[in-house]
Amino acid sequence: MENKNFKDEIIRISGVNPKKCMKCGKCTATCPSFDEMEYHPHQFVYMVESGDIEPLLNSASIYKCLSCFACVERCPRGVEPAKLVEAVRLCAIRKQGGNHLKADAIPALLDEDMPQQALVSAFRKYTR
Amino acid sequence: MQRIGVFVCWCGSNIAGTVDVKAVAAALKNEPGVVFSTDYQYMCSQAGQNLIKDSVREHKLTGIVVCSCSPRMHEVTFRKSAAAAGINPYMVEIANIREQCSWVHKEMPVGTEKAIILGKAAVAKVNLNAPLTPGESPVTKRALVIGGGIAGIQTALDIADAGFKVDIVEKKATIGGKMAQLDKTFPTLDCAACILTPKMVDVAQHDNVRIFSYSDVEEVKGFVGNFTVKIRKRARYVDEEKCTGCGACVEKCPQRKVPNEFNLGMDNRKAIYIPFAQAVPKVATIDPNYCTMLKTGKCGVCSKFCEVGAIDYKQKDQIIEEKYGAIVVATGFNPISMDKFDEYAYSQSKDVITSLEFERLTNAAGPTAGKLLRPSDGKHPEKIVFVQCVGSRCAAHAEKGKEYCSKICCMYTAKHAMLIRDKYPDTEVYVFYIDVRTPGKNFDEFQRRAVEEYGVHYVKGMVGKITPEGDKLKVRASDLIANKQINIDADLVVLAAAIEPDKSARSLATMLTASMDTNDFFTEAHPKLRPVESPTAGVFLSGTCQGPKDIPETVSQAGAAAAKVIGLLAKDKLTGNPCVASSDPLMCNGCSSCERVCPYGAITYEDKEFPGPNRTVKIRRVAVVNPAVCQGCGACTVACPSGAMDLNGFKNMQIMAEVDAICK
Amino acid sequence: MQVKEYKPLIVAFCCNWCSYAGADLAGNNRLSYPAEVKIIKVPCSCRVNPMFILRAFQRGADGVIICGCHPGDCHYTSGNYYTRRRMAALFSMFDYLGIEKERTRVEWVSAAEGAKFAATMNDFVEKVVSLGENKRLEDLRCKK
Repeated sequence: MENKNFKDEIIRISGVNPKKCMKCGKCTATCPSFDEMEYHPHQFVYMVESGDIEPLLNSASIYKCLSCFACVERCPRGVEPAKLVEAVRLCAIRKQGGNHLKADAIPALLDEDMPQQALVSAFRKYTR
Repeated sequence: MQRIGVFVCWCGSNIAGTVDVKAVAAALKNEPGVVFSTDYQYMCSQAGQNLIKDSVREHKLTGIVVCSCSPRMHEVTFRKSAAAAGINPYMVEIANIREQCSWVHKEMPVGTEKAIILGKAAVAKVNLNAPLTPGESPVTKRALVIGGGIAGIQTALDIADAGFKVDIVEKKATIGGKMAQLDKTFPTLDCAACILTPKMVDVAQHDNVRIFSYSDVEEVKGFVGNFTVKIRKRARYVDEEKCTGCGACVEKCPQRKVPNEFNLGMDNRKAIYIPFAQAVPKVATIDPNYCTMLKTGKCGVCSKFCEVGAIDYKQKDQIIEEKYGAIVVATGFNPISMDKFDEYAYSQSKDVITSLEFERLTNAAGPTAGKLLRPSDGKHPEKIVFVQCVGSRCAAHAEKGKEYCSKICCMYTAKHAMLIRDKYPDTEVYVFYIDVRTPGKNFDEFQRRAVEEYGVHYVKGMVGKITPEGDKLKVRASDLIANKQINIDADLVVLAAAIEPDKSARSLATMLTASMDTNDFFTEAHPKLRPVESPTAGVFLSGTCQGPKDIPETVSQAGAAAAKVIGLLAKDKLTGNPCVASSDPLMCNGCSSCERVCPYGAITYEDKEFPGPNRTVKIRRVAVVNPAVCQGCGACTVACPSGAMDLNGFKNMQIMAEVDAICK
Repeated sequence: MQVKEYKPLIVAFCCNWCSYAGADLAGNNRLSYPAEVKIIKVPCSCRVNPMFILRAFQRGADGVIICGCHPGDCHYTSGNYYTRRRMAALFSMFDYLGIEKERTRVEWVSAAEGAKFAATMNDFVEKVVSLGENKRLEDLRCKK
């Protein structure tokens, strides 16, 4: 029941219909952070469709997605996997009860290796 | 006032068991217009039919109501007996008191009551019936085939063999179509030219066939059995009658930098050319876009070397007008443009090619004389990647791809992969697929052979990106079964491009008033039961203009279309269905509503003179229904805002009368 | 006072190619449905003018059902699509006219669906019976 709710929530937030997927794997073929991710774009689509949300919520994959939207651009069926990843990420954040970072705490956490695209993705997320 | 006879059938106990037939006959006796009413055990028997015939004479009947089984059973029977008795067959109506009354209701009073009401409705309708005569139109015994590919050739041959005249209109300089460009055919791997070119010769030499190559259909008028078509025979600047196809002109032509469309631009031809060695008709054609003589008036080399004097720089387009009884559309397909698939780098690298280009590349008559060499540097490729479904099943990007499956790509990709591994066992071949679809006789076995015997690597997953780097093509793809992303440095990439209907099909469909689907494929009259006919009577479909198909399917559809054409041309006269729409010119306001809903293009408009006040004459535009084309669906009658349009046999008044009789 | 059992009056328009044949098949299989259903044959469901439906209601019909071929299977290629649109437009006005939308229905019945035809009719009649008599649109002048 919990999972069903999450599934509906993710579909509602993202506006994505995972049933449109024909399982061609072009999203995964095109993903630049493939090696970083535990679950790959096509798996995201499949797992959301089958309501298997819990592993996604707990996976680091959702933070590894660069939101480069290559998968959205290339998908022949218009499924838009990146939007699903974003939605799962949002669900994970909401689930934590809004324990957002304080602005002061950020400098200590700054990582030299953090890709700039991650920052860009954050902007994208809040402007869309 | 009609004089109606009512005949109530017992159908043994089938009707009489639950319907009191005597009571029905008695009740209907009192209906307006009924002068005679009786019942009989089996109306459809010889004796029952004689009863109808005798009663018509005896009571001077003008209309007949038979209360019996479904009109789908015996309407024809009773219409025939009416005609034999001398009254119009369309003055007969059936009240269905068996299938829709006695068989579905169990109690006598209920059944009887309903049977009476159904009888009353039929009587009310017959009261408003008018005699109808089916229209007749003659049939021109000549067929037109538009398109000279394998579909058009096969259709033309089959029609011609049955003894009818056929004309083929082909827009290219030669017939043969796409099949002429193919190397081998699946699943038997016999060479396309070896099986196609004899057919091309057959059709060219057939007494009943005329071929208009380098020609287009310019205008189509008329209707089934009576089409008048204008064909534009474009100037090829060579006299077809005189040219022997010796090729001397081609050899001497100094303009040698013309992309050869037959080899898909992978090599060059001359400005005067014969598309390929086995072209039919084998005559030269001058390409006016490149010929120096035609552009500047200074050259004339070809005419100097032509021994028969066939070159004519002043030749003009010719318009030929001919009458046809039937038209077959066989306009075929083209691969879609790959320009918008940036991720596959088709326009960036010469070594990314389409499957049709690959066919030319492996063909012995192709630009490399059959050697598999990279278009960029002429080296032998060692790693080849095939990408399937490029643009097929692509619902998200209407501007680049197609939503449908192109059907033939899985098989030809397996064929290409197999041919490479057969000729060059040292090459590694990868095929990236979404699904392998091989329904067809010996198709799956063929694809399995590519995998099991020839060692082609089939990978479930799509290619995401191709990046040219140095002389390699970096291919990044997914392997969904291993859940891996894989990178291959390929030497050659072959894209299985989706196929789409030829661009000329849309304007042709408008000329023919034939309908098309959203993908510009011609629609069939019925998706299951009339797959080779267009909804427009007299227009037939052959080959890929109707939907993607392979060669055996195309040939069988071509034969089926020919059979339908022969069936039409064998008739001397076409007898129409008299239950067609007709418009009352006095009420029509010329709004075109009816024309827009008609699926058959049966409605046209003409200016008609009407008497005005003070002996003036007014001209108004009014709808006219062609009864030979109308199929009688009645869509127009409801669309008509002024009530001018009505359907014979199912007139507004008649249906209203039935409604009233039922609701009384 | 004697309570008369309420019997609705139902007019069914059936297209010649699919639904009329479907009704015949229901008969062949002896699948019963209420006798209140009276079928009028039309060549195609698109022949049904909204006028016919209003006329039926005016004359005291309690329900009108239109049956055609399944979308995509129309004998005339596109007729049932016209029906679907026209009837959607007509039905949307029924609230305004003061009659219940449930008194009308468009159903797709193929020539092979005798059982569906009977089931549809049973269901429709049951629905109309639950709504009771149609008094709003009935033209009293039509009653003699």
